[in-house]
Amino acid sequence: MIPAPFTYQRAGSVDEALALAAAGGDDAKFLAGGHSLLPLMKLRLAVPATLVDIGRLRELSFIRDDGDQIAVGALTSHHDVATSGLLATELPLLAHAAGVVGDPQIRHRGTIGGSLAHADPAADLPAVMLAADATLVTRSPGGSREIPAGEFFRGLFETALRPAELLTEIRFRKAAGTGWSFQKFTKRAIDWAIVGVAVQGGKVALVNMGQTPLRAIAVEWALAAGAAPAEAAVHAAEGTSPVADINADRPYREHLARVLVARGLAEAHAAG
Amino acid sequence: MSILGTRVLRTEDPRLLTHGGTYVDDVRAPELTGAAQVTFVRSPFAHALIKGVDTAAALAAPGVIAVLTSADINDIPPQQAPPEGGPPPVSEVAPPPRGGVWDEPLLAVDRVRFVGEPVAIVLTDEGYQGEDAAELVIVDYEPLPAVVGITESLAGVTLLFPHAGSNITVDRAAAAAAFDGCAVVVEREIMNQRVAPVPMEGRAAAASWADGKLTVWASTQNAQYGRDMLADACGLDPAAIRVIAPDVGGGFGAKVGVDRDAIAVARAARHTGRPVRWVETRSENLTAMTHGRAQRQTVKIGGNRDGRVLAYRLDVVQDAGAYPRMGEFLPKLTSLMSAGPYDIATVTAGYRVVVTNTTPVAAYRGAGRPEATAAIERAMDLFAAEIGMDPAEVRRQNLVPPDRFPYQSPSGARYDTGDYAGALDKVLAGAGYPELRAEQARRRQRGDVVQLGIGVSSYVEITAGDAADGETARVVVNDDGTVTIYTGSSAHGQGHHTAWAMIVENDLAIPMARVTVKHGDTDEVPAGSGTYASRSLQLGGVAVHRADLAVKEQARKLAAALMEASEADLELEQGSGRWQVRGDPSASRSWAEVARHAGAEGLSAFVNYRDGVPTFPFGSHLAVVEVDTETGKVTLVRHVTVDDAGTVLNPVLTEGQRHGGIAQGVAQALLEEMMYDADGNPLTATLADYAAITSAELPSFELLASETPATTNPLGAKGIGEAGTIGATPAMQNAVIDAVSHLGVRHIDMPTTPSRVWAAISNARNHQ
Amino acid sequence: MTVNGGRLEAEVADRTLLVHFLREVAGLTATNVGCDTSSCGACTVLLDGQSVKSCTVLAAQADGHQITTLEGLASDGEMHPVQRAFHAEHGLQCGFCTPGMVMAAVSLLAEQPHPTEQQVRTGLEGNLCRCTGYHNIVRAVLTAAGHREGQAGR
Repeated sequence: MIPAPFTYQRAGSVDEALALAAAGGDDAKFLAGGHSLLPLMKLRLAVPATLVDIGRLRELSFIRDDGDQIAVGALTSHHDVATSGLLATELPLLAHAAGVVGDPQIRHRGTIGGSLAHADPAADLPAVMLAADATLVTRSPGGSREIPAGEFFRGLFETALRPAELLTEIRFRKAAGTGWSFQKFTKRAIDWAIVGVAVQGGKVALVNMGQTPLRAIAVEWALAAGAAPAEAAVHAAEGTSPVADINADRPYREHLARVLVARGLAEAHAAG
Repeated sequence: MSILGTRVLRTEDPRLLTHGGTYVDDVRAPELTGAAQVTFVRSPFAHALIKGVDTAAALAAPGVIAVLTSADINDIPPQQAPPEGGPPPVSEVAPPPRGGVWDEPLLAVDRVRFVGEPVAIVLTDEGYQGEDAAELVIVDYEPLPAVVGITESLAGVTLLFPHAGSNITVDRAAAAAAFDGCAVVVEREIMNQRVAPVPMEGRAAAASWADGKLTVWASTQNAQYGRDMLADACGLDPAAIRVIAPDVGGGFGAKVGVDRDAIAVARAARHTGRPVRWVETRSENLTAMTHGRAQRQTVKIGGNRDGRVLAYRLDVVQDAGAYPRMGEFLPKLTSLMSAGPYDIATVTAGYRVVVTNTTPVAAYRGAGRPEATAAIERAMDLFAAEIGMDPAEVRRQNLVPPDRFPYQSPSGARYDTGDYAGALDKVLAGAGYPELRAEQARRRQRGDVVQLGIGVSSYVEITAGDAADGETARVVVNDDGTVTIYTGSSAHGQGHHTAWAMIVENDLAIPMARVTVKHGDTDEVPAGSGTYASRSLQLGGVAVHRADLAVKEQARKLAAALMEASEADLELEQGSGRWQVRGDPSASRSWAEVARHAGAEGLSAFVNYRDGVPTFPFGSHLAVVEVDTETGKVTLVRHVTVDDAGTVLNPVLTEGQRHGGIAQGVAQALLEEMMYDADGNPLTATLADYAAITSAELPSFELLASETPATTNPLGAKGIGEAGTIGATPAMQNAVIDAVSHLGVRHIDMPTTPSRVWAAISNARNHQ
Repeated sequence: MTVNGGRLEAEVADRTLLVHFLREVAGLTATNVGCDTSSCGACTVLLDGQSVKSCTVLAAQADGHQITTLEGLASDGEMHPVQRAFHAEHGLQCGFCTPGMVMAAVSLLAEQPHPTEQQVRTGLEGNLCRCTGYHNIVRAVLTAAGHREGQAGR
């Protein structure tokens, strides 16, 4: 119910955050909105010795029009992403997906950077990164990196982030007018997706069909080869490794992936 | 015009809405100053021997005052085992069996039997320290095979209680029943799954032992029964114990009396001489507060092709969990109500109770009656499908007709008043049944992905089943003319303070604003039964009414003396609320003046109302669902109900009870299930996994009015608290199956989650 | 931090959750703890006017911010329209979920002043209630939004 004891440190700048994290070593974690990390800590499934609170780094909360790109600061809340007029026009897939993360209270605190760094395979935004072909920008004491979304998610709760490396912003190509869809299948509205599908342009990404978000490559190839959406969707589960849990067994997840991909492609096709 | 039957907003609300309620964890009584925090150490194994408990590391942790194990607080010898053979009283407050082969210690001694069973108690200065220290208690477990599920329990390969020689605690299996003469017979095994009550406030208790008196604050539905349980468990005279139920955040039957863990908390206070406080986490609540339902049911229904049902049989195996705390109480009620509202020539019901390495099962909103209704309502639909008849029509043909009351049901109960066909017709008309069937037909014809399902249920239920245990009320008219009611009922959301004040206003012409209601403190209300079994209005409210009448007669005598008139000439003028000589308003006295004339004795009356009898509310529900046949996802679109609980005292309160009941009933059919893996580990031990229903899954409900008064009490009241749950679950389940019946589906066990519905659709398609 | 308009300063253990800070240090016990997985919303308060689950915020994170709890909602003894609406519509029974539910509703209406019923139901998905079945809670929020006549009652 309450976390194990830890040391709380507050960063006043990105450089300070990096320094504090570096000093803390493997047992230090960044704290943004805390809505991925604190729930784990309260169940004592995560026991970091040090939390570096980056919540004051307001310079990391922004949604910026950079010409042919949109830049979203890592500390931007799901609520701000979901209600952004700029994103509604230029990247509606992201705005919509952020609007169905958790519930209103969670969206007020949870951040896009926090969700991506946490890399829960059942989370909504990682798959959106793949479908939108996003670039994730990081800072560390050694400098800055730009990591394509396809290389960012490495495994179960595992990303390309190194210790003391901070995700600072995510860059997207503008997608106004491009067909998109976000299909999130749940039992209750507040649940994690049993299976989810993000579609934008010709890219299809899957939520909760493996240890990381996955591009439905076989579907994309079929589409590129001229298959109709319903035909392409048949390949949705190829190359996936969904788990069996209390909500669904593997065959059912694979079936849902096919159904949701078909629906997602139809919706994107109609919109685009 | 009488205030009874009018819409009155709750007097409880202003405090709750501005200041918040005062629940156990909010209590800041001086006796609890410096209280130690209690944290339980609980078993992570479903079944294991305990080889040893090492408390050294925990004792050395910051803030630790003591670490208690069974050696410290199991020193009161268990009472004698209850006599074999005789059935326990039909009461929700059946004492947990103590002593004998099924004995349940407060803290595990040498064996644990469910994940969550308490093994030790850690006392710390502060709450946060407790969780840290509890992790340091080292228990040496030797795991045993876990018995999970009824089938495994019946197989008896592993026994939870080796000295019992069996996992079956009660065997009242029914004799063979004759179905010859039935042209059509359908038999099916169905599951009424285990669910968790999930009151928003979990279990909580605080205890202070001082000057030979034990004071316990407990989140309970009955402080008086809680006191008696503590007296027994602590070896104390009840007079030495005070139990206080402050505001209670929901109970639903799972907070009857005081929980065993709360008893352990009280014993810890006595053992250490220090006040203690305890509030459980939600994870503890989901694994160590009692669960509900958990019956495996075999239904067999037989009749003719014209729709007449001639025979019905229900065999129940009740999963009691690790300790059979409620004996045979739940399936006994299921058997009693197994015939439902139907006039069936032959009804046979039997049950067995088994133990499994899971959380103990006890009462949960309906307590045995939802199970009975769910079984026969499924059976009715199975029968209807077999003969190709509309399920509403099959019901209409078999409902007890209105001229047969009081009706002796073949399953043992005597139904007092009812208009079952009237309720069914009303709900069908209110829902627009023909239009719904037409829309369903259109969608089927088009082969729509989203199909429509319509489910119906008819039910009768027993409330105040333990009416003989009565309820108390003491009504006092104070010297300033205000009234204080001391009620034995124990509202935890039901609005009794408002309802009892309405009764006083109606009886004594004293405005509600001048009426105060007290409950839940055994120093103020030493005798009472509490609130459960939908009994409080028809027993507690009637007790208030009778006390009012007694007070009124005393007042008449006093007023007569005061005004030097004859009693026969005295009347209470309703408009002014003053006592006057009939026809002479100039000579009148206020209640205050009359009360003061009573002198030191005061103006009051105490009633222990034991003349009540059980009553039988009834109704019909209709659920409309949409099922996405490609994914199996179910959406409840409409839920229309008739819930007839006799004369309605306050429609606001009655509607609230119906809404809440419907939501929990729908939740069982649609979403909720407590699940375990094969090793007895709970899989739904948090609210992220246990799918408690939210506002987003429900529509607004359509409640239709129906009042068929009870004839056995002056308020004409039956109980409404559990009726919504009883009617809602089967209507919802039947609706889901109805949505896909054209695909060949005959049954889907609850909860009708997307994966279950999809599997049913797939299987049906594969068999075609 | 500022709690219900008053400045409050205290030193607490780093891991202190905001909900415990409010209940134990600030002595404001209306806000309740109902779960341990940020699921139930009983702990909902406003942080700078937005609803948050105070069980999933460290007190340290709230440092320097404005917190509003149920106790701070009424002004000059007058109930807030949402409080009034919950009373008028019988939107509470046992009252345990109510503080969090009311604060969530206040935040919802601040962002969506005229929600549809469906928007209210979705907007309150983060708040569990076991007693009311949500029916009257939804009516209360719609009443507070001025969408419907309140129930006549005494």
